[in-house]
Amino acid sequence: MARIELNEIAHSYLRNPQEESDYAIKRIHNVWDEGGAYALLGPSGCGKTTLLNIISGLLTPTRGRVLYNGTDVTMLPPEKRNIAQVFQFPVLYDTMTVFNNLAFPLRNRGIPEDEVKKRALEVAEILDLTPFLNQRAAGLAADAKQKISLGRGLVRSDVAAILFDEPLTVIDPHLKWHLRRKLKEIHEQLKLTLIYVTHDQMEALTFADKVVVMYEGEIVQIGTPQDLFENPEHTFVGYFIGSPGMNFLACTLDGNVARIDGARIPLDKKTAALGRKARGKLEVGIRPIHLELSSKQIQSGVPAHVKAVEDQGSYKIVTLTLDDKILRAKLFEGKAVPENKAWLVFPPQWTRLFADGRLVK
Amino acid sequence: MNKWGNNKAWFLVAPVIVIVAFSAIIPLMTVVNYSVQEIFGPGQSLFVGTEWFKEVLGSYRLHDALWRQFLFSGLVLLIEIPLGILIALAMPKRGWGVSASLVTLALPLLIPWNTIGTIWIIFTRPDIGLFGKTIHTLTGVIFDHTARPLDAWITVMLMEVWHWTPLVALLAYAGLRAIPEAYYQAAKIDGASAWSTFFYIQLPKMRGVLTIAVLLRFMDSFLIYAEPFVLTGGGPGNSTTFLSIYLVKIALLQFDLGKGGAFSLIYFSIVLLFSYIFYQVLLRVGKGEKA
Repeated sequence: MARIELNEIAHSYLRNPQEESDYAIKRIHNVWDEGGAYALLGPSGCGKTTLLNIISGLLTPTRGRVLYNGTDVTMLPPEKRNIAQVFQFPVLYDTMTVFNNLAFPLRNRGIPEDEVKKRALEVAEILDLTPFLNQRAAGLAADAKQKISLGRGLVRSDVAAILFDEPLTVIDPHLKWHLRRKLKEIHEQLKLTLIYVTHDQMEALTFADKVVVMYEGEIVQIGTPQDLFENPEHTFVGYFIGSPGMNFLACTLDGNVARIDGARIPLDKKTAALGRKARGKLEVGIRPIHLELSSKQIQSGVPAHVKAVEDQGSYKIVTLTLDDKILRAKLFEGKAVPENKAWLVFPPQWTRLFADGRLVK
Repeated sequence: MNKWGNNKAWFLVAPVIVIVAFSAIIPLMTVVNYSVQEIFGPGQSLFVGTEWFKEVLGSYRLHDALWRQFLFSGLVLLIEIPLGILIALAMPKRGWGVSASLVTLALPLLIPWNTIGTIWIIFTRPDIGLFGKTIHTLTGVIFDHTARPLDAWITVMLMEVWHWTPLVALLAYAGLRAIPEAYYQAAKIDGASAWSTFFYIQLPKMRGVLTIAVLLRFMDSFLIYAEPFVLTGGGPGNSTTFLSIYLVKIALLQFDLGKGGAFSLIYFSIVLLFSYIFYQVLLRVGKGEKA
């Protein structure tokens, strides 16, 4: 186990990167604490896998250094870094039995055979692979194959960290849930450092203590699932986390009030003060769950039109238009849904202000 | 349900039946007909039953040619398959080198087979051939594939390896390129050595294409005719007389149609038997992958 430090990392797949857009990883500078369960969340193509490969050593970054417990390992290949990585699609040595597959990473490191056997059997037990140990790996179903890949990641007890690159993509939903719980259990038992790449927010929020959100080659926020929901530091986090995503409206500031065309939205004093100092394009953001609706005209309410109501069972999603802008509100069961015209209330404690995509602070 | 409702479909199959009949079935039946007769001339023949088969099967010349053929095909597989894999492993994976090496490798495959024999006759000449001259200068030995059986075999083997290893290399290269990058990455993470990576990833993943390569090279080398015919004509003595060369000698040079027919059928059965064995092996390999 180790504390992994990324020091001013940037990476480009081009030989002579010129502009910022040539970089898959623009600038990443952060620390992954020993024993943490991290989820690396972001849309496809944001550089998640690139970052993972830099941590594991499959890629050498164009700039910056990677440190394990303070030791520079930037130039070391993966086999010298003592790290485990599990890939999106199952990778098997199909001529070997399941047992030999699990034992392979240990045998390559010259670990005594009785220790190899002990570890392989332990891991097989955790992953319910014991009945298949003597079968050839090639003949198994996709989920069993992926469990073997996971097993090869877990089998070494002394690894600095285990990196998972969307490992449950090929697994069907029920088993996915089961395996994710297994991983969580393993983490609680062994206190390993785990980094789990995914583009599925549910997966990230249920698996991790801390979620690292990546967007266009940068880390935009690191936080607990609750942090990401309540205090998104970037419009992307607001939009990506939560379903439906956060509402954003371009605005200008007028004292303690955000003006959206004709509408006036009161902000809390601190936010407004920070907003006056910020530069760039201003937007107000509010989660659909925090937006309050009223069918009667109220003071400080903003008039809007109800376009559609989707009943999702325990809650309803109301789509509204404010001039030409679209807003969504999430109303829980029992709350009255206004028809046609509605007055929106933006509670100041949940109304955030963003400048050029970033939270003002 | 009327099974015979669409008999017109048979008209679509008819051309194939006619072509196959003319190209395969009728000639084969003619050969069967020859093989049981002694033919003296047009219209003059005598039914001899299995005489020819007995004679051919008992002939030490056929035995010699058959063992020679197996030795040749065996050597071909032993040299060309590993060499082809080595070449494929050494080939560049990206950049201009890929097309350069692919084209270079494909060149021997594009040369007509008769020309290949001629190329090697000149190449091994001790006076003007690059190979023959070099051997002569370095060792003082006059390399002569027309006089010494060993020299003839060396030349035939070199020619065969030069001509057909590229096919194996191209197939192996295609197999290697089809292995997803993640396998190599996983091998690195698992700390596998280059040898383990080859043995546990590359070789098993190439199994399909290599089986095809073995099949093709066995068949082709078992039926080889044009190149050794041009190069050595089966000599010196009978040292490079392979089955096909021997067959042509009997059937066309001695015009021994009955004996030639019997020989053809035996040759055909051997090829059929080995094709069947290889086909079964191929099928099993395919199943092993899925099951």
